Amino acid sequence: MMGGMGMKKPAEAKKGLMVSPIENGTVIDHIPPGKAIKIAEILNLLQPGYVVIIGQNLRSTKYVLKDLIKVENRYLTGEEYNKIALIAPNATVNMIRNFEINEKRKVTVPDVLEEVAFCANANCISNKEHVPSRLYTVSRDPLVMVCHYCNFESKGEELKLKGAGGR
Amino acid sequence: MEFVNRDIVSIKDFTRPELEYIFEKAKEIEEKGYSRSTLKGKRVGLLFYEPSTRTRMSFDTAAQTLGADTIWFAGVEGTSVMKGETLKDTIETVANYVDVIVMRHPFDGSARWAADVTTKRAKQGLKKVPIVNGGDGKNEHPTQTMLDLYSVQKTQGGIDGLEVALVGDLKYGRTTHSLSYALSMFDTRIDYVAPEALQIPAHVVSFLKQKGIAQTKYSRIEDVIETADVIYMTRIQKERFPDENEYNKVKGVFRIDKSLLSRAKPTMRLMHPLPRVDEIAVDADDDQRSYYFQQAGNGVPVRATLLALIMGAVE
Repeated sequence: MMGGMGMKKPAEAKKGLMVSPIENGTVIDHIPPGKAIKIAEILNLLQPGYVVIIGQNLRSTKYVLKDLIKVENRYLTGEEYNKIALIAPNATVNMIRNFEINEKRKVTVPDVLEEVAFCANANCISNKEHVPSRLYTVSRDPLVMVCHYCNFESKGEELKLKGAGGR
Repeated sequence: MEFVNRDIVSIKDFTRPELEYIFEKAKEIEEKGYSRSTLKGKRVGLLFYEPSTRTRMSFDTAAQTLGADTIWFAGVEGTSVMKGETLKDTIETVANYVDVIVMRHPFDGSARWAADVTTKRAKQGLKKVPIVNGGDGKNEHPTQTMLDLYSVQKTQGGIDGLEVALVGDLKYGRTTHSLSYALSMFDTRIDYVAPEALQIPAHVVSFLKQKGIAQTKYSRIEDVIETADVIYMTRIQKERFPDENEYNKVKGVFRIDKSLLSRAKPTMRLMHPLPRVDEIAVDADDDQRSYYFQQAGNGVPVRATLLALIMGAVE
């Protein structure tokens, strides 16, 4: 089920999503509107075999509009938390076990990102040869990361993420 | 202050006391003369993937004058790079032959990567081979910056209190960015003289502002000619302009000739990383203020000092 829920009233929107709770899996909440598909792509959730619900432009009391992802029987790795933080710095990740929230975590961009995102400088050695990417966080809001190799400062939206058209 | 086995990748890796120490040692080498026993038995690898006249020749001269052997390639023709060898593999191989690698490479960040490769080797118990960056793409050229700063100190007797004007292509020119960073370690005043489209990038200005450096942008050399202690000219490249007429207009404005130079202080020194095209008229060459060829000569003592320091031959 994807998109098209922005016109509903908040209660209905909430009800519309909550009627299909998951027994075990992950709920990624407070994703900026329009970014859920990208996150689903980089987490490889759009592959056959995953049961996924993607909600777009849902009403949110906190951020006016938000996207949300529910995926069954799938938990995230530390690297995946970092990837989400690059796209949705305010996202919350809920781990569900037996229909209950087992753990709730806010994502955060780490000080150093290794092999998660690639420098936006096309002439950087890390984009030219098989070199492990390494970026340091300069600022989290707005997101700016500087390359370990070429010192190029990439803005959040310029970063290419591993698994999303990157390498 | 530790220099032995140290990589020279970025000017930002050095502190003011370290730069001052390098200059003090370079001055000593110039005054006392070079000794061929300093680096006897050492070998320097010069890996120049791109053309270079001054950097390669001055490193070669510096190494040989101190008694080191040099092995090198200039241009990748005839090397394994043509067969698709990666930088990592070339570095891993050459590191077996030499004590130091000096490299120029077209990709930004290549020197840092090479340094990481030889550091990793050292962690595996092999000898650390320091990497000296002779220019990595558009990124850095730290030994050029060191020789520029050494030239400023040598001609002016110090760096604090000086007004330095950077002229030309300040947007794309890596030398002016690195020199700005280096000057910000001292109490200097910087003038940026450039056409609006080629002015110094905002990130450089904001970095220097945090350090409390006085910076002013100008659009004509005439605005700074009488007050500057050093004028650092750079070449404006034609390909930066979409329209040849625009380039021609700008070319004439950011040019120094004998008559304009005569308005400068007698102690002012005109510098240029070279090669020049026509931003400094040939008729300015004989003026006592013109220093660019001697500046290029300063590459030898500065690079000799660096090689001696990182190979532990000078303390």
